[in-house]
Formats: sequence, C-alpha cells, structure tokens
Amino acid sequence: MNKEIVIKTNKLTKKFGNFIAANELTFEVYKGEIFGFLGANGAGKTTAMKMLIGISKPSFGDAKIAGFDVYKQTEQIKRNIGYMSQKFSLYEDLTVKENVRLFGGIYGLSDKEIESKSEELINKLGMQQEADKLVASLPLGWKQKLSFSIAIFHSPKIVFLDEPTGGVDPVTRRQFWDMIYEAAHNGITVFVTTHYMDEAEYCDRVSIMVDGVIKALDSPKNLKSENNAKSMDEVFLILARGAKRGE
Amino acid sequence: MKAITVNNIVKTYTTKKETILAVDDVSFSVEEGEIFGLIGPDGAGKTSIFRILTTLLLADSGSANILGFDVVKNFKEIRDIIGYMPGRFSLYQDLTVEENLEFFATIFNTTIEENYNLVADIYKQLEPFKTRRAGKLSGGMKQKLALSCALIHKPKILFLDEPTTGVDPVSRKELWEMLKRLKAQGITILVSTPYMDEAKLCDRIALMQKGKILQIDTPQNVVNEFGKKLYAVRSENMFPLLMDLREFPQTENCFAFGDKHHLTLKEETFDISELEKHLITRGHSNLTIKKIEPEIEDCFMQLMKAHPNDE
Repeated sequence: MNKEIVIKTNKLTKKFGNFIAANELTFEVYKGEIFGFLGANGAGKTTAMKMLIGISKPSFGDAKIAGFDVYKQTEQIKRNIGYMSQKFSLYEDLTVKENVRLFGGIYGLSDKEIESKSEELINKLGMQQEADKLVASLPLGWKQKLSFSIAIFHSPKIVFLDEPTGGVDPVTRRQFWDMIYEAAHNGITVFVTTHYMDEAEYCDRVSIMVDGVIKALDSPKNLKSENNAKSMDEVFLILARGAKRGE
Repeated sequence: MKAITVNNIVKTYTTKKETILAVDDVSFSVEEGEIFGLIGPDGAGKTSIFRILTTLLLADSGSANILGFDVVKNFKEIRDIIGYMPGRFSLYQDLTVEENLEFFATIFNTTIEENYNLVADIYKQLEPFKTRRAGKLSGGMKQKLALSCALIHKPKILFLDEPTTGVDPVSRKELWEMLKRLKAQGITILVSTPYMDEAKLCDRIALMQKGKILQIDTPQNVVNEFGKKLYAVRSENMFPLLMDLREFPQTENCFAFGDKHHLTLKEETFDISELEKHLITRGHSNLTIKKIEPEIEDCFMQLMKAHPNDE
C-alpha cells in the first residue's frame, strides 16, 4: 500500500542550553491517519509539537509538514494546518458566528465561503440557537466541539489537537472522538495528545515519548502485544515508569 | 464523629448577565479515615464545594461541618486541622522549594522536622531541587511540592482538588499510591477527579454533574446498580463496527471504550447471537461479543441519561 506522508521528521532536535528537550525525533505520519502523540509530563511533547507547527525553530534535524520545511516555510505550514488546545481555542467575548468569521478570515477564506461554510458548521453542531451567543456562555463540551470544527474550517491537511478532551464529560468526550474519526475519514490527518489512555486505543498509531526520545511507535494492537500488556494504560506504565524528567 | 458533613449546600454566582447555579442542593458525609471522591467533569461544582468546605467561600444556603466545626462560625479551628491543595498551583512562585515548605510549617506553628515522616515519600524527590524557586519547577514537581505543603502540619483531613488533572498515567498512579499511604496513617481524604477510572481507588464516591450529585455509594455498589446487561464488542474495524452497532434496532446505547465498544440492548431477553449474525453479514471479521461488568464511566453515562434536564 502506498501511503502519502504528511509529516516527516529526521533527527528533529531541540536544545535549551545543555538540556535536550526533544532528542533526534524521526517518524512519519500518513494522510488520514489518527496519530496519538503520548508521553509523560516533561517528555518533550509540547516542544516537539511547537516545532511541527512552525512556531519553534529546531536546533537541528529536519521536518516537513504537509510538504513544507519547518525552517524556511513556517507561514505555509501554518496555512495548511489547524490547531486546537484545551487552553486556548476561541475568543470568549465573541459570539459563535464571530469566532467562525474571525478564524475563517485569518485562514484567508473569502466572505462567501465563510458565510456558506459557517452555516453548515453551525447546523452540523446543532448550535442554531447559540449562533449569536457569546462563546463564554457555552458549556465546555460545546466549546471544545466548536473549537475543533473551527480548527478544521479551512480544510487543513493536518490538525493538531493538544489534550482536546481534558475535563470534558464522558459522553461529550466520545462525541468529540466521533468528530475526529469523521475528519480522518475525510482525509484530514489528526495529530493528537491525550492523558486518557482509552483514547490512545482509538488512534491508528501511537508514539510514546520518554525523556525527550520516542521510545515506542506502533499501532495500539502491536504495542500491547510487544509489551505483553492488556491495555494502553499498561503499555504506558511499562514504557514511562523509568522516566527521569518530571516536566 | 463524621469527618465531613454537608447539608443542602447551594451556591450561585451572579454576573451582569446571568446567575449560574454551581452547587445545587448538595448533601453528603465523609467518615473518618475514608478516601471520598467527587467524580465529574468540569462544571460539576467540585471546586465550589472544596472552597466552601475549606472556609474560603460562603454558601448561599445550607450548612457544613468539618469534624464538628461549622464552616462559617468555626473557620479558624477548621483551618488548623485541614490541608488543602487547590486545582490551580498556588504556592509562592518566588520562594524556593524549601522556603515554601518552611513557610507553611511556620504559619501552622510547626517545623519541617517535626512532621518530616509524613511528607518524606514525596519530598525526597524534591530535595535535589530544594533551592530552586517554585515558579521554575516542572508541573509534576509543583504538584509534589503543593502536596507536601498541604501535609506539613499533619492535617486530620486533606482536601485535594483535581490533583491528577493533566498529569500523565505514571504520576497519577504514584499519587494514588501516596493517598493510600496517607489513609493508612489515619488521614481522611476528600479528592476530586474528572478521570472516571480513578473512582475505583476511592472508598466511596459521589458522581457529580452540573452542580448535582447523581449517586453516592461505594464504587462496587455503583457498578452493581447498573442494572442492565452490558456487552463488550470488538472486531477488526472498530469505527465501522460502532456505526453498525448504533444502527442496530435493538441497540439502546453504544459507546467506544478504548479497544472495545460497550453496548446495552433495549430488551434484556434478546438473543445476542442474532447480533453476531447481523454483524457478520455486515462484513465484520474477528468478531467477539462478551458480557462484562460495567465500569464507573458506564454508570456515569447511564446516570447522565437519566438526568437529561440537567443538560
């Protein structure tokens, strides 16, 4: 099978002084894949992710994101990816519609496109009643679903999700994953971090970072059988227990 | 005596535009020496309850006692006998690790040496960094320091508000092992968490959603009261399987649960082999359907469904 590569890194490294936060990361992510990027606190996940989305220059090594170089083409990278995190996602004092319009504009969509697509987005989320309400007034679960929809509004090649389901109730968490599946089904690559190990099972492949290096990378099924573990939680405990760094 | 008694507590927050009911007539009690868990997502009211019980916030109505002391009238007595670790890091960022711990020991009229054995397990991991400013610590280390500071005066009751949120599985496991050891020393622990899998580590739990308690019991009793047959279903292609299961006419609920889908049926008497046949005709291979015991998360979702008005 010929898989299209959308993220390719080669010995990607970030040093802060003598401290090697991310150490020679080499991996590939394929189009339409749900890629789980796991690791202990302080393993270097955030550092790695910042390099991948073009906001932190690597110390050495290479990476191509959607075909663009992380040193020279960071603007093109930003245009071709979506990003959402638990911490920052939307402007709380703008309405749902205003947020959609703002981000649509930032990503260079035309007014026409924004108008037709935003109606589609709001209908799909069943948020017609809330469209003119401030985002601040929405429950967390709705915010997160809206935030994800906005992160893929401009049909990016890759969407980066940094702990998207933290603090969300169990039903909403699963609805969120339905949206992830659908995006992946439509060809968007999903690069996701989480501390919920059941969510690691939903990924096509998972990497586990420990102390700055990728200690394992495979499908959940293979990781479990290689480590003789019943669940991804066990796999994680086996691989990360020896971690020396604490974030 | 009960360690904690909470009677009909109500708390609202009023902004210019709206009034939010954060805690909606909540009552529960915690026995001495118990690990009691408030389990629920953001917005359940967990933090408001913590702040009311630690005498930092006044309830609109209702009452609460800590070891017989009223949270309003006897706040000073209560502050002496409890330890509180808020969800947000709230130590002095520009004091060192050691200075923070010494500060908390001093304001409680004790010394680090006096209660060192209580914090030794955690504090040992921090000692190499004891001259580092707290603000410069990593997240995991900050959490360990906060717990040390909450413990240094040997409190009778420890309040831990979401100590494992955003924490990786290894550190989460370490923290729960630590809580077990503190319980063995007779300390009562009230802990909150959004991670449903941690519920089973508590002696008793209150499942909470939108300011209300949905159920209070031991984790095992919560599971026993699920009351329906629950099946775990797997096949080679899990996402199409989920879609097919949801479309199956007999399906009541179907949710992804890690590497399985959990399924309940409308009719308990339904012959499950019919489902198997159906899924095979839909092209699923390596299919397994097994009856299983529910997890707390299954119970939580069932309770959420039973309280739709709270949405």
